[in-house]
Amino acid sequence: MLAWTIYISFLGVLVLLLLPKNSVRAARIVALLTAIAGFAVIAAGFLQQRSGELVTVARVPWIPSLGIEYHLASDGISLTLLLLTGIVAVSGILFSWNMEHRAREFFAFYLALIGSVYGVFLSFDLLLLFVFYELAIIPKYFLIAIWGSTRREYAAMKLVLYSFAGSAMVLIVLVAAYVVAGSRTLDLVQLAQFPFPVHFQMWAFPLVFVGFGILAGLWPFHTWAPTGHVAAPTGASMLLAGVVMKLGAYGCLRVAMMLFPRGLDAWGFHVLGFGSWRDVFALLALIGIVYGAMVALVQRDFKFVVGYSSVSHMGFVLLGLMTLQQIGLDGAVLQMFSHGILSGLLFAVVGRMVYDRAHTRDLAELEKTHLSKAIPFAAGTFVVAAMASIGLPGFSGFVAEVQVILGAWHAFPLFAVGAGVGIVIGIAYTWRAMQKAFFGAPSRGTVAVASPLPPITLPERLGAFILIGVSILIGLYPQLLLRVIVPALHSPLFDGLWKGSGR
Amino acid sequence: MTAFSYLSLLHLVLPEVIVVIAALCVLSVDLMFLRTAEARLRGSVGALLSVAGCAAAIGWILHTPQTANVLNGMLVLNPLAQRVQIALLILTMLTVLIFIGSTFTEHISEYLSLILLATVSMMFLVSTQNLLVIFLSLELLSLSLYILAAFNKRSTRSAEAALKYFIFGGISAAFLLFGFSLLYGLSNSINLTSIASTLHGPALDPLLLVAIVMVMVGLGFKVAAAPFHFWAPDVYQGAPTISAGFIASSSKVASFFLLYQVMVIGLAGAEGSSAWHGYASGWVPVVAIVAALSMVLGNLVAIMQTSVRRLLAYSAIAHGGYTLLGVLSHTDQSFSALLYYAITYALTVLGAFVVVALVEEETGGDTLSHFAGLSRRAPVAAFCMMIFMLSLAGIPPLAGFFGKFYLFSAALASTPGTIGLLWLVILAIAMSAVSLYYYLKVLKYIYVTDPPAGTAPIRISVLRQAVLCLIALSVVLLGCAPNLLLHWL
Repeated sequence: MLAWTIYISFLGVLVLLLLPKNSVRAARIVALLTAIAGFAVIAAGFLQQRSGELVTVARVPWIPSLGIEYHLASDGISLTLLLLTGIVAVSGILFSWNMEHRAREFFAFYLALIGSVYGVFLSFDLLLLFVFYELAIIPKYFLIAIWGSTRREYAAMKLVLYSFAGSAMVLIVLVAAYVVAGSRTLDLVQLAQFPFPVHFQMWAFPLVFVGFGILAGLWPFHTWAPTGHVAAPTGASMLLAGVVMKLGAYGCLRVAMMLFPRGLDAWGFHVLGFGSWRDVFALLALIGIVYGAMVALVQRDFKFVVGYSSVSHMGFVLLGLMTLQQIGLDGAVLQMFSHGILSGLLFAVVGRMVYDRAHTRDLAELEKTHLSKAIPFAAGTFVVAAMASIGLPGFSGFVAEVQVILGAWHAFPLFAVGAGVGIVIGIAYTWRAMQKAFFGAPSRGTVAVASPLPPITLPERLGAFILIGVSILIGLYPQLLLRVIVPALHSPLFDGLWKGSGR
Repeated sequence: MTAFSYLSLLHLVLPEVIVVIAALCVLSVDLMFLRTAEARLRGSVGALLSVAGCAAAIGWILHTPQTANVLNGMLVLNPLAQRVQIALLILTMLTVLIFIGSTFTEHISEYLSLILLATVSMMFLVSTQNLLVIFLSLELLSLSLYILAAFNKRSTRSAEAALKYFIFGGISAAFLLFGFSLLYGLSNSINLTSIASTLHGPALDPLLLVAIVMVMVGLGFKVAAAPFHFWAPDVYQGAPTISAGFIASSSKVASFFLLYQVMVIGLAGAEGSSAWHGYASGWVPVVAIVAALSMVLGNLVAIMQTSVRRLLAYSAIAHGGYTLLGVLSHTDQSFSALLYYAITYALTVLGAFVVVALVEEETGGDTLSHFAGLSRRAPVAAFCMMIFMLSLAGIPPLAGFFGKFYLFSAALASTPGTIGLLWLVILAIAMSAVSLYYYLKVLKYIYVTDPPAGTAPIRISVLRQAVLCLIALSVVLLGCAPNLLLHWL
């Protein structure tokens, strides 16, 4: 049944393409209905699934002569991320309700992106996963290049080239793994049990991890993220930060770590204090956390603050993965979900509520306009989102980051301290942005907003309530997701990861 | 040699005979009855006759499949060769259908019959293992293509392109002939299989190496591989669009098939190896060098192009490089990967040339800026162009992606136990990541840039639109369900 998420999205694309030109209203409604239908399917699937074990959704031979199958399946990790995608997709459309320019095409690309993302999370054949992963690249380009703002063509091309360079690395390993495993199958379940030679895993693992990590904002390959997020239109930046970055993290976990766990083993020698790829990537993740936060602290553009905060928060995901502790990995998956919801919310406030009304994102400019009076709802939403984002207990960000740090404490105590520093800087930049954007002091020379800003519309309120509600729900009752995540991480698929030598 | 009746020989080559008859019919009908009719009618009648001829030939091949090896390898018919013939005929049919409505020449029947004659020569090219017949059909093909390239008499560019093509072609033919003569001198035979049987030996004859290099120069010219590619950009740019599409598509398929046969059958036993740490001299390293050069040069130079035709030319050089991977890994799997890649590439590039032709007729140029805002002016053609460009860039689920995957995995699998060709595969994948940049640049002009003010939607004839959609559909379909073509190769 879950397979219908993909089909529904692409059917939606087809319907949108067949609509007559200039039918903006119809396009919005079709897009919203498609996204809601997709979400409904996921919700039903989520409720059905009791324990997060691997459930086959569809399995038919695709290219029999090469042993490649059309194999869709879901476990707790994919379900969590599907749920995230469904929620962000619906709210993203609500926040794009004011789209007028070539709206039909906008929503068509939007749904194509959603459909491919569903495909990635559901694929259990490596080739199929790769197909959907690359398919997701193209809509991103057009969404940013056509409907974007600041330096959109540059940002779009940068994003696409980074993504494609990453997927080229993945493709190299994909082809090599296919041949090494005997050219019979690319099924993830079978490949996970195939004993790849250690020296193969030693070069395959970093290649795939970096390849996917580029999309997850791995430092120093993160630079596409802030420019891309900033240039993208609101709906697209919600998807980019909320969902597409998770594609990368998901790939790191599902492909790199699940198939090549021995790549994390110690090298047996030390270079510059690094004893394994695990040390290297953990350090890169930590640098991402601290660096992203410090850069966010000095941004003048409101959207860049959120853009760099994404890099910082995604660092927690990657650090959590590298802890190789049960609690760290749980936290990483939970952080993917939490960051998806929260970054979506932050981008919605900045891009839709503030920028579309005030027509500036410059913090210095915004400081003069005293937005908390003009659009109190936006200010309120941002305060809640900011609190959630800095990890206030009661919100999803807290449970996720705490688990990551606990995991890191076991694995690399020093890094846990570093991550803590990152959180502190996170409070600082969030506070600074909030203060400047919404609560600027009405000092001398304040220009009262000449014409009152358009009020916050119903779709915006709806979208904001959905995202805040989900964040609070998970913050108060994380077991809702953990009950499927934990068994999934303990399935035989990840055996190699837990049984690695020296752990 | 056994006695052999000419009638049964004619029976074996009946498909070729049918196409020749179709060419003569096109000529005579046009010259006898339609001399005074208007160009559109003449074009339609001629094209329909040509399509009917090709269809009849396909029908005959499907109806009575032949397996034969007559006259010491002069004519070798096997299921695979016949299927490639069918693919060539289908490509010709598409080319001819696109031709309807073109206005660049009044010599319609001559143009069409030349295309058909070129097709005949390609059909012979894929069904022979004899150096002499190979050379003859290659010359027939080249001569037809030279004229096709020069066919737009009003354009000096076309004449220049054809002259360049002719001169380079002549030189490369000389190289090829020299190489063939050395092979003959070494083996005392012109049959590929018997040449191979005399080549066994612990060490390679230095003369044989010279012969290999000469043959590679000659055939490298045909497939436009670097560094023998200098004709390609000019011909692609100057020749009439239909001719350029034809040169870029069908002739590539035939040439790659031939290259594979000459190298793998004719030079079996002199392969050598280009694996990392496992170098051994032979023809494989020669092909590997040419492949690597083509991939790097084609992709890097394509980035700088502003003319879409030249861009396609450099991308053709790059794709030639990828396809050569199929030759140098010389396994059965790599051969079917090569054919899959060459055929789908031919379809894709033919479709791209149709869009270029449409844009040129409407806006009078083929630079990127002439494509600005095409998606608003001709949404269907723009969408098809998106499919073609993305397929060339290797984005799944289009045919170009699967072709690359199959080709690369076949190349890696060709050295069992080790992954010695990994360096070439890495180079190829890295270069195809580069290629996305310039394909996206084309798409950026089509989809992102606004059309110049005051431009009306482009009118496209129903037939052309249908052919375009058909090609686009097959590119998508072959990518989503590669088995359709794979189980056939």
